[in-house]
Amino acid sequence: MIEFLDMGGYAFYVWTAYGIVIAGLILNIVWARRSLQQARQAARRRLAIKGETP
Amino acid sequence: MAWTWFHRLGSPPYIYGLATRLTAWFAWPAGLLIAYGLYAGLFVAPADYQQGDGYRIIFLHAPSAYMSVMVYTVMAISAGIGLIWRIKIAHAAAASCAVVGATFTVLTLVTGSLWGKPMWGTYWEWDPRLTSELLLLFLYLGYMGLRSAFDDVQRADRASAVLAIVGIIDVPIIHFSVIWWNSLHQAPSLMKFGKPSMPPEMYLPILAVFLGFTLLFAALLLTRLRAEVLNRERTATWIREVVSA
Repeated sequence: MIEFLDMGGYAFYVWTAYGIVIAGLILNIVWARRSLQQARQAARRRLAIKGETP
Repeated sequence: MAWTWFHRLGSPPYIYGLATRLTAWFAWPAGLLIAYGLYAGLFVAPADYQQGDGYRIIFLHAPSAYMSVMVYTVMAISAGIGLIWRIKIAHAAAASCAVVGATFTVLTLVTGSLWGKPMWGTYWEWDPRLTSELLLLFLYLGYMGLRSAFDDVQRADRASAVLAIVGIIDVPIIHFSVIWWNSLHQAPSLMKFGKPSMPPEMYLPILAVFLGFTLLFAALLLTRLRAEVLNRERTATWIREVVSA
């Protein structure tokens, strides 16, 4: 197990690379979902305001 | 008759509904393929005879690099379709690509750096492959910066489309940089004609991550496209239905 984590002495490079890539993928999922949520909220506000003033 | 599907693809409500329904079909296989590929890259693939376990960065680096170029190509083609045929949804798709593509470019540069330090002795070198990939990042950033400089969406679409199309020249330069010039970077061992220069236990995980990243990109693109469509359609009546739920 220790040997596996050590990655033949390349532990820092390999694990940093894995960590950054996984973080980058998760961030992209969060960003995409957030942009959709914000667009939906903006549309709701817009349409509600439009509806109130006939 | 046979062309009705094509016309529907230009219709915002149809695209919105289609994107909503399709996202999960891309997202779940993407998650499974990436998980399998990264697991197999760490546990199943044998160590390299020269680089030992240090080469395992390839399972991240090669698919990220492929994505950085592929997403740019999709972005430039969409922008071109939008510019030539004045199809708004194509501009919206192009705009939806930029953040994802820029992320994959950053990941390519960072994982490459982390691989370069132990193997080449340096995090960075002004090498043709590395420099042309860095230029790709600047193209993405320039594209996003240019878009945000306009208040009017249509003007942003047209100006950024020109930048995206001109920038496509960097794609073949990246690909052939290792062949045309004397580069520190190795030549392709997978994206070439003929047999891959590695055993299946090594290239299958790479292919799984490739495919997983591609499907993830599709899911992210569809999600961002929905946001773009909502922001562009403003007050269209169909929007009331899809956002009220």
